[in-house]
Amino acid sequence: MDTSIANSNLKSEEYFINMGPQHPATHGVLRLLLTIDGEIIKKVEPDLGYIHRSIEKMCERDSYQQIVHLTDRMDYLSSHINNEAVCLTVENALQLEIPDRVKVIRTIIGELTRIASHTLWWGVMGMDVGALTTYFYGFRDRELINDIFEETCGARLTMNYNIPGGLMFDIHPNFVKRVKDFIAHFKTKLPEYDTLLSGNVIFQKRTKGVGILTKEDAISFGASGPVGRGSGYSCDVRKHHPYSALDKVSFKEILRTEGDTFARYQVRVDEMWESMSIIEQLIDNIPEGEYKVATNAVIKLPKGEFYQKVETARGELGVYVVSTGTKNPYRVKFRSPGFSNLSLLNHITVGGKIGDLVATMATLDIVVPDIDR
Amino acid sequence: MNLTLSITNNIHNWLFSIMPEGVASIAEMVLIALVYLAIFAVAGLYLVLLERKVAAWFQLRIGPNRVGYWGLLQTMADALKLVSKELTGTVKADKFLYNLAPYFVIVSSLMALSVFPFTREFQAFDINIGIFFLIAISSIGVIGILLGGWASNNKFALIGAMRSGVQTISYELSVGLSLLTMVLITGTLQLSEIVEVQKNGWLIVQGHIPAIIAFMIYMIAGTAETNRAPFDMVEAESELGAGFHTEYSGMKFAYFFLAEFINMFIIAAIATTIFFGGWLSPFGITESIPWLGVFWFIGKTFVIVFLMMWFRWTFPRLRVDQLLTLEWKYLLPLNLLNIILMALIVWLNLTIQF
Amino acid sequence: MSYFGDIYKGIKTLLTGMSVTGKYFITARKGAITQQYPDNRDTLKMFERFRGEVVMPHDENNEHRCTGCQKCELACPNGTIEIIWDRQIDPETGKKKKMIDQHIYHLGMCTMCGLCIEACPTDAIKWAQNFENSVYDRSYLTRVLNKPGSKLMPGVED
Repeated sequence: MDTSIANSNLKSEEYFINMGPQHPATHGVLRLLLTIDGEIIKKVEPDLGYIHRSIEKMCERDSYQQIVHLTDRMDYLSSHINNEAVCLTVENALQLEIPDRVKVIRTIIGELTRIASHTLWWGVMGMDVGALTTYFYGFRDRELINDIFEETCGARLTMNYNIPGGLMFDIHPNFVKRVKDFIAHFKTKLPEYDTLLSGNVIFQKRTKGVGILTKEDAISFGASGPVGRGSGYSCDVRKHHPYSALDKVSFKEILRTEGDTFARYQVRVDEMWESMSIIEQLIDNIPEGEYKVATNAVIKLPKGEFYQKVETARGELGVYVVSTGTKNPYRVKFRSPGFSNLSLLNHITVGGKIGDLVATMATLDIVVPDIDR
Repeated sequence: MNLTLSITNNIHNWLFSIMPEGVASIAEMVLIALVYLAIFAVAGLYLVLLERKVAAWFQLRIGPNRVGYWGLLQTMADALKLVSKELTGTVKADKFLYNLAPYFVIVSSLMALSVFPFTREFQAFDINIGIFFLIAISSIGVIGILLGGWASNNKFALIGAMRSGVQTISYELSVGLSLLTMVLITGTLQLSEIVEVQKNGWLIVQGHIPAIIAFMIYMIAGTAETNRAPFDMVEAESELGAGFHTEYSGMKFAYFFLAEFINMFIIAAIATTIFFGGWLSPFGITESIPWLGVFWFIGKTFVIVFLMMWFRWTFPRLRVDQLLTLEWKYLLPLNLLNIILMALIVWLNLTIQF
Repeated sequence: MSYFGDIYKGIKTLLTGMSVTGKYFITARKGAITQQYPDNRDTLKMFERFRGEVVMPHDENNEHRCTGCQKCELACPNGTIEIIWDRQIDPETGKKKKMIDQHIYHLGMCTMCGLCIEACPTDAIKWAQNFENSVYDRSYLTRVLNKPGSKLMPGVED
């Protein structure tokens, strides 16, 4: 072997590292195969399937009322909105007329779920970039929302409160008062989030100009939710295809044009303010009425294909049901927002450093059971 | 004070009476070393408990409170657990270097503790190049980290060790220069003399503006020296594994862990001695009772340790290149300007003296 | 000059961040949100709609309201409930009638969805609030909801 310096081609090889399925920074069991050169990332390849539970196959065996509780466990941080998606599909297919009371309550609980998911995201984002106390402050506020859910629906995370035709039971008498107390409390806490994390110079240097996603790329990769809105792509399903009581409230759709990690972060924090204003508009006048519409014990959808999209905390969730007229669906497919958002990861992190990868993944806000179903 | 002096004098005379001179001085040194080791090993354990409790209070929870009243026996239980663990090692690791690495780190930490003046005439090793000795000893700790990372034969450990090495070497410059700024006022490197000079007012008051700037730079650089947040990219738990001490377990891991906390104590103690008056009380109120000096020293050190913990639990982490940019482009030029400013102030006699 | 301006602004944001955590530190005694769980079992009260496990309430004559109609078994998505029924002679009319023998509930498989309680026409089963259900042997998780020797409350069938 010729070892003289003049003739040696000192070639540095690329390292291959496995950010394995059990890792504190990937939110769930996600395996990333990283090819790095020193500190610069050359290629990122996600490897999915570690938490696949065949939910879509189980839906083919169950009846339409039984499918709803399976969707709780898909994206467990916005479980109420997932349930609402399936119930709306069935109700639109059967062309049921849902009372206003049900629509308003579904919207209020949906927006509370969105706030709960975003506070957890904020806590985890702080933890990923290194500020370990933000986790606890986020959870303290989330516990109040969990208590509201526990009093009305009976469960804190997988609520299963919607059924095709309405709600399972009526809201608790304390519901309105608790929600109002929570909003008054949270309005004083949300500016603290800004002082602690967003205004911090270290955090801004870590996230500004990192992981830039242009608007054309966002549209072509199918990004939705805050990931798309951080790049200027107006994709809010609540504005374009409103459902439940969302056409009766007025709220702004938050768009930012920079497309970097800090823009996505700001979009989510501002969305929490908007959700609170939606709840404030609806909470005082919940219309009286029935809390459900009677359906047959055995629901059979007419033959055909039905699609419904909703806006979860992560992005656009679509439920696609193919029915052949029997009591079980023939095929149910969920268009999950995390799957499309994760596909951008390779595109936006190549050329950056490992610290940037962690910060970017925190703002994509993926929940792996949503991707693997 | 007189009680302890008389005890030490008695032991000194007794040793010199029963053994020849050379052997007696060695025996004396070994005895002092054992006393320091015992005190500071226990102190290190209680610093760990303090960190856990303080972290819990920042995070709206209660820290350890089950093992012993208020959790006081928690680290004893942790230490027992660590001692009883199996000492694993990788197959292809370089056995000699792998075993040697923790000793570098812990020995350098304990050596640096010997020069601090706890109160008047209560100092283990009073040499006339005190500050220089401290800075030199803390540079030896880097070798331990690099050896630990290299000899583990593990990619992640190696990345962590390289990052830590580069960080420590860069920030030693800032520590040295900011301490040099204060030496311009005192005119001597000997630590007990520095505390004597502060009888006219603490050094951070004597050199007003440049001393405050030097203190802020020293705190930032000191936190970076000990690899604590916000500069803990090395052992970032939410990134690649656990850094350079991934492959260590049991007692060797305990050495690294303990050395980190003792380093924190040392940085705080240096700041106390040089900027805040050492064992002197503010405005000289208890000068007549010399042994209270120990409590003043420990109290001031703990305030600075608390400040370092406050930094850790509030700020996010810096990325590696941002860390180095901070040092070479911001702290170093500021330090050099500060030295010139301090030299001007001393030359024109503008220091505040009481 | 923006060099010094950047440094000043940066330090100001860091200090305001520290003031937020400092405020929580000072009120740490009263502000801690930890509930010391095993010590506070006496005062812990769950919400009344909390879904702990499914039970069948019996009144003081050891009677329950379950007719063995199997509607809950049909509504359950994953086979958690098994009804074992038998045709027996009804004492009043003298004809053979379907009556419940055992209502088996697999606590280990239950997803707490609540569909069985919604489906029951006679309100025989309801939610209990206890959540401390861990056992050492998995066979203890298969519960029989109707107590031995109990029978149907009269007047339920209508």
